[in-house]
Amino acid sequence: MKRRTFTSLVAGLSMAASMMGTTAMAQDDMRIAIVVKALGIGFFEAAAEGAEEAAAELGNVEIIYTGPTDTTAEGQIEVINSLIAQGVDAIAISANDPDAVVPALKRAMDRGITVISWDSGVAEEGRMMHLNPSSTPLIGNTIIKLAADHMPDGGQVAILSATTTSTNQNAWIAAAEEVLPNYPGIELVATVYGDDLSDKSYREAQGLMQTYPDLKAIIAPTTVGILAACQAVSDAGKIGEINVTGLGLPSEMAGCVESGATESFAIWNPIDLGYSATMIAHALATGTDPSGEIPMGRMGSITLDETGSAAMADPFTYDSSNIDQFKDIF
Amino acid sequence: MNTRSIPDRLQSPLERKVKSWESLLMLVAIGIFVANSFASPYFLNAWNLSDATFNFTEKAMIAFAMALLIISGEIDLSVASIIALASTAMGAAVQMGVGTEGLVLIGLATGLVCGAFNGILVTGLGLPSIVVTIGTMSLFRGISFIILGDQAYRGYPPEFAFFGQGYVWWVISFEFVLFAIIAVIYGVVLHMTNFGRAVYAIGNNPTGALFSGIRVGRVKFILFLLTGLMSGIAAICLTSRLGSTRPSIATGWELEIVTMVVLGGVNILGGSGSIPGVVIAAFVMGLVTFGLGLLNVPGIVMSIVIGALLIGVIALPRLWTMWRTR
Repeated sequence: MKRRTFTSLVAGLSMAASMMGTTAMAQDDMRIAIVVKALGIGFFEAAAEGAEEAAAELGNVEIIYTGPTDTTAEGQIEVINSLIAQGVDAIAISANDPDAVVPALKRAMDRGITVISWDSGVAEEGRMMHLNPSSTPLIGNTIIKLAADHMPDGGQVAILSATTTSTNQNAWIAAAEEVLPNYPGIELVATVYGDDLSDKSYREAQGLMQTYPDLKAIIAPTTVGILAACQAVSDAGKIGEINVTGLGLPSEMAGCVESGATESFAIWNPIDLGYSATMIAHALATGTDPSGEIPMGRMGSITLDETGSAAMADPFTYDSSNIDQFKDIF
Repeated sequence: MNTRSIPDRLQSPLERKVKSWESLLMLVAIGIFVANSFASPYFLNAWNLSDATFNFTEKAMIAFAMALLIISGEIDLSVASIIALASTAMGAAVQMGVGTEGLVLIGLATGLVCGAFNGILVTGLGLPSIVVTIGTMSLFRGISFIILGDQAYRGYPPEFAFFGQGYVWWVISFEFVLFAIIAVIYGVVLHMTNFGRAVYAIGNNPTGALFSGIRVGRVKFILFLLTGLMSGIAAICLTSRLGSTRPSIATGWELEIVTMVVLGGVNILGGSGSIPGVVIAAFVMGLVTFGLGLLNVPGIVMSIVIGALLIGVIALPRLWTMWRTR
């Protein structure tokens, strides 16, 4: 009997399976799924807000905001499978693993679903395009500009980076050095490394202040470094003399902006990112040629490079005027 | 003189079957299937149901071995970490140019070695299995993290993809066939062999079993080996399905597997349970997560539903008896 219950279950399953044909698409609305690394992360909730904004602007678009409970590739694959089953029109994913989701996403594309990645990319064969929040040249330019904007008379600046082997930071710093001649009067006196450790970054920032008494700004293109430098400047009583800037998270940087140690800093804006990803997914799903210019509403348009990726925009600048709005988001 | 007939059975066989755990669970499964069909227009589609089986086949393979282990009064919480280590070993082998057959052997061997390690610590040194396997849970995954860090192994040969992505016939995937075969093997072993009787005996009374001539230590060691082996098989399927290895692979599966076993009617304290129960439980869990996924219910709500289902299905019969005997 016990075995019979098992057989009857299998029989029931297969009978039900054979009875059904393909389910017809009922809705007229275009359904775009925003798949994130995990639900309950402020950054992604903000991106979903941007996606809803894009959907409202486009009309007839339904956003399905979804993702696994924790940041695993297996969880995302289950989510992708259920989206394929629902026959959504497009999937825009920030992947937990660039490779593991490829087979599932390939199957989605085989079944006619538009697949793009944003924020954390998917390997090339598993998506139609990837939207980077920003690009190396844009970030390099932004971090210098943030410092220069508050130095009308020019002066000395120093960079506090992560480790000497941090690929991203090194590329950004190289790009920053390249655009330095565009900012006359700004002199880059040193680049030091805090290894993305709070205490080491703090000591390196202290060292910079002692070595270069005329220092006007510390640029830290790392969220750990910028916070440590802000702390070091505050503790040394040099608020107003030295401006700490670079790339940081609004939630962590709110105190620094409030105390005046940081005039402004930058990071990608998740709302814009969700908005742009939705716009691109919609454009590609309605037949826009991916090799040409792809429109993304109020964010302008992009053209894909040879790896099928593109950069959205300059990093978004946060200062005392908007920090309160974003500090609760991410 | 008053005559009273004494029944030779307390319940008729039919009554016992109707009231069995498996029947109750079967009703739940059918209920979920019907509810899903009404809740989402996409549920009743052969390909979609086929995709849904991937949500539970790998976990269920391990759940069968785990069921035997739990019936014998032991537990193995390191299964998900064995997957991670076996997958890492296969990934490392790929970098050295090992072919598909070699990868399968390495996956199985890693699982066996890990299972043997657990088995020796539990049966050889007499340590409690829950403590040992909490330790090896960190140990095995820790080794993967040391080897891989934030890197990933990829570049598996194209033929290797068959195990996790291949189809045997129409919508019937290789994984599903493997799951069915393993279910039958474990069903036969547990319910029709001396070994299976020994497992029940050990779970009910290890001392009694020992004095009845059952080699308790050896049976338990074999069960740990089997659990390791099944984890190795699951690692092959999962790695093949993902096409890459990261140390975070299969995180948290151990609890889902134990949930599957307990939902299948296996007594967590050992001594009773059946393979058909675990099979139905696997379908119940797969159908629930897939059905809720189709409605885009957030994962955390799914966990709540699974948890409630587990407590509900286990508490209901108990509440029923309490109410009846009051």
